[in-house]
Amino acid sequence: MANNYLKEIVNKSYPYGFVTAIESDALAPGLTEETIHAIWEKKKEPEFMLAWRLQAYRHWLTMTSPQWAHIQYPAIDYQSIIYYSAPRANKEGPKSLEDVDPKLLETYKKLGIPLHEQGRLAGVAVDAVFDSVSVATTFKAKLAEAGVIFCPLSEAVQTHPELVEKYLGSVVPYRDNFFAALNSAVFSDGSFVYIPKGVRCPMELSTYFRINSAKTGQFERTLIIADEGSYVSYLEGCTAPMRDENQLHAAVVELVALDNAQIKYSTVQNWYPGDENGRGGIFNFVTKRGACRGVKSKISWTQIETGSAITWKYPSVILQGDDSVGEFYSVALTHHHQQADTGTKMLHIGKNTRSTIISKGISAGHGQNTYRGMVRMLPTAANARNFTQCDSLLLSATCGAHTFPFVEAKNPTAHVEHEASTSKIGEDQLFYCRQRGLSQEDAVSMIVNGFCKQVFKELPMEFAVEAQKLLEVSLEGSVG
Amino acid sequence: MLSINGLHVSIQDEKQQAKTILRGLSLHIKPGEVHTIMGPNGSGKSTLANVLAGRTEYQVHGGHVEFNGEDLLALTPEERAARGLFLAFQYPVEIPGVNNMYFLRTALNGVRKQRGLSPLDAADFLTLVKAKAQEVGLNEAFLQRAVNEGFSGGEKKRNEILQMLLLEPRFVILDETDSGLDIDALQMVAQCVNRHRNAQRSVLVVTHYQRLLDYIVPDVVHVMVNGRILKSGDKSLALELEAKGYGWLEAGEIR
Ligand SMILES: Nc1ncnc2c1ncn2[C@@H]1O[C@H](COP(=O)(O)OP(=O)(O)OP(=O)(O)O)[C@@H](O)[C@H]1O
Ligand SMILES: [Mg+2]
Repeated sequence: MANNYLKEIVNKSYPYGFVTAIESDALAPGLTEETIHAIWEKKKEPEFMLAWRLQAYRHWLTMTSPQWAHIQYPAIDYQSIIYYSAPRANKEGPKSLEDVDPKLLETYKKLGIPLHEQGRLAGVAVDAVFDSVSVATTFKAKLAEAGVIFCPLSEAVQTHPELVEKYLGSVVPYRDNFFAALNSAVFSDGSFVYIPKGVRCPMELSTYFRINSAKTGQFERTLIIADEGSYVSYLEGCTAPMRDENQLHAAVVELVALDNAQIKYSTVQNWYPGDENGRGGIFNFVTKRGACRGVKSKISWTQIETGSAITWKYPSVILQGDDSVGEFYSVALTHHHQQADTGTKMLHIGKNTRSTIISKGISAGHGQNTYRGMVRMLPTAANARNFTQCDSLLLSATCGAHTFPFVEAKNPTAHVEHEASTSKIGEDQLFYCRQRGLSQEDAVSMIVNGFCKQVFKELPMEFAVEAQKLLEVSLEGSVG
Repeated sequence: MLSINGLHVSIQDEKQQAKTILRGLSLHIKPGEVHTIMGPNGSGKSTLANVLAGRTEYQVHGGHVEFNGEDLLALTPEERAARGLFLAFQYPVEIPGVNNMYFLRTALNGVRKQRGLSPLDAADFLTLVKAKAQEVGLNEAFLQRAVNEGFSGGEKKRNEILQMLLLEPRFVILDETDSGLDIDALQMVAQCVNRHRNAQRSVLVVTHYQRLLDYIVPDVVHVMVNGRILKSGDKSLALELEAKGYGWLEAGEIR
């Protein structure tokens, strides 16, 4: 069996597990209406935000956490979590890169994030979120020239309150689910993007999230609005230190595409997955949804999920505008004791709406990987089309892959196509590669990469290479 | 080159029962020689090829294999490949999503590294692989496809020979490379093998048909029945087998 050496190969070490010793300004653990007041005050938000946060909080109190996912975890004690933690700054907050604590910059350098504008991935504008606050946004000037607004959400709340009030919660209302309600109540930062009419954003936009402090929950919120005929490509990356206890990450991402606008949203999620015995790791409960409001608009989600102890996320698209297009491309890798329950929802409302779902699940060790998808064609969705393909690759005898596709077509002209496969990593394929001189490790990574090819090719060039490397690291072991 | 003495091999079947396949097989191949193994279906020919290449599902219970003075069975499959052992598979596998050209280059540069040579860059490799592809009659389009994916039976076999030409192994095992090839392809592949031959390189040809041996002329022909070599001879033995089948040999085996 391949199991023995595969077991070693997938025993990866997590290179981002360091902690930065930095003073932080944090609230005491616990969640009450006072906590929300305190966050609101710290963020100096307009009045409407407080009302909205409190409504969300009160609604959250009436809800229970969802039980339907194929995941198991101990009950989360919401009173032991710190809901706000910020690196302590001398002044009110960094205004430019020069004001950012050098220790922070060092941290991001270790993570390989190009905060400095001459950085490795020059040409990518980065907003970096450390624990609860956004610490720097690069390339501001160049973006401003194009009329693009790219800034921390906490800043947008003050500088563009009308846009925030109009769109925040318009795609993911606080009532949507337990974690979305919690996020709406306590979110402390995130990124905000607005692309004006007819503008093609001149560079890739990117956010890096980092949880540093212990016992801190991260609740960031991202809002992207692509006005008529605009285009933006956005990338999100995440890491966290290694800790024995679990940490909660409950983010919300909302995308709005108006007539003929296109949003391409790519995620490389590498939160700390826990150790080989399943101790520690991030609980990642994320609500991501895009609304294709305008005709011929397009939203495309690409995700590479290799981290987190638990991943619960379903980036979805509401296809409201006629001829709008929704896409979901996903690679989810679980090993050791990681659990992922991920997939998408495509809600077809407009005529001639089209959606494509390509999901690749890789399970190793004791990892559990679930694809959960829902395609709904409403009576209005004449000639709607969906194509779904979900493939699972098993690298061990102790891991699991599960698929729960759900389809509902209420329009007789709508058309849905579904393909699924589950395969064990071929002993034959491995042997074939090794017979040609490839090491076990190279053989595994080549086969896995081949399996993910359809998804990788959807990533922006620079990040496709990163993703491939990340997968290699994730499968790296003590061999050789 | 290769010296096999008293090899006993079994495999666990689906019911976890040990099934003996090779029963004390011995075979000696010198540098520059071409040997052929013929034998009924299920007699253990592919098993022998796989055990030599290092497939781990098989249990070796006894015997010894020496490859250029080294204990072959102690090496990993990739170490054996680096030392110049090449197996053209009876059933080459498909590797979806892996570009054939990328696969070939990784394999070649891996082997070059083991041999202390510098890796070929993309441009040099392209020139080389195009020339070799032409030699085996594979259209360049196959280089851009995923490894063996959707290749016809014959195209897969040609792709195996292409790899042989690129990797320049010292010891080649051809496991029924001729089955699935059309008449022209058979000649083409045979020519490739003959051009590859030299005084240092040996070939072990597993085949059911004497036809291939008209093109690749063996020094020795072995008949394998029930996991061991029952008879060895020169190439006339292959003609005799073609005329008489295996029954007359097997009859003597039954006890
Ligand atoms: N992985 C396996 N599991 C179970 N039985 C096996 C396995 N591999 C080989 N065998 C059995 O061992 C015997 C020898 O098989 P092998 O493939 O070596 O025969 P062969 O001589 O190459 O036959 P052919 O001429 O048909 O290619 C057969 O009975 C086969 O079914
Ligand atoms: Mg065979």
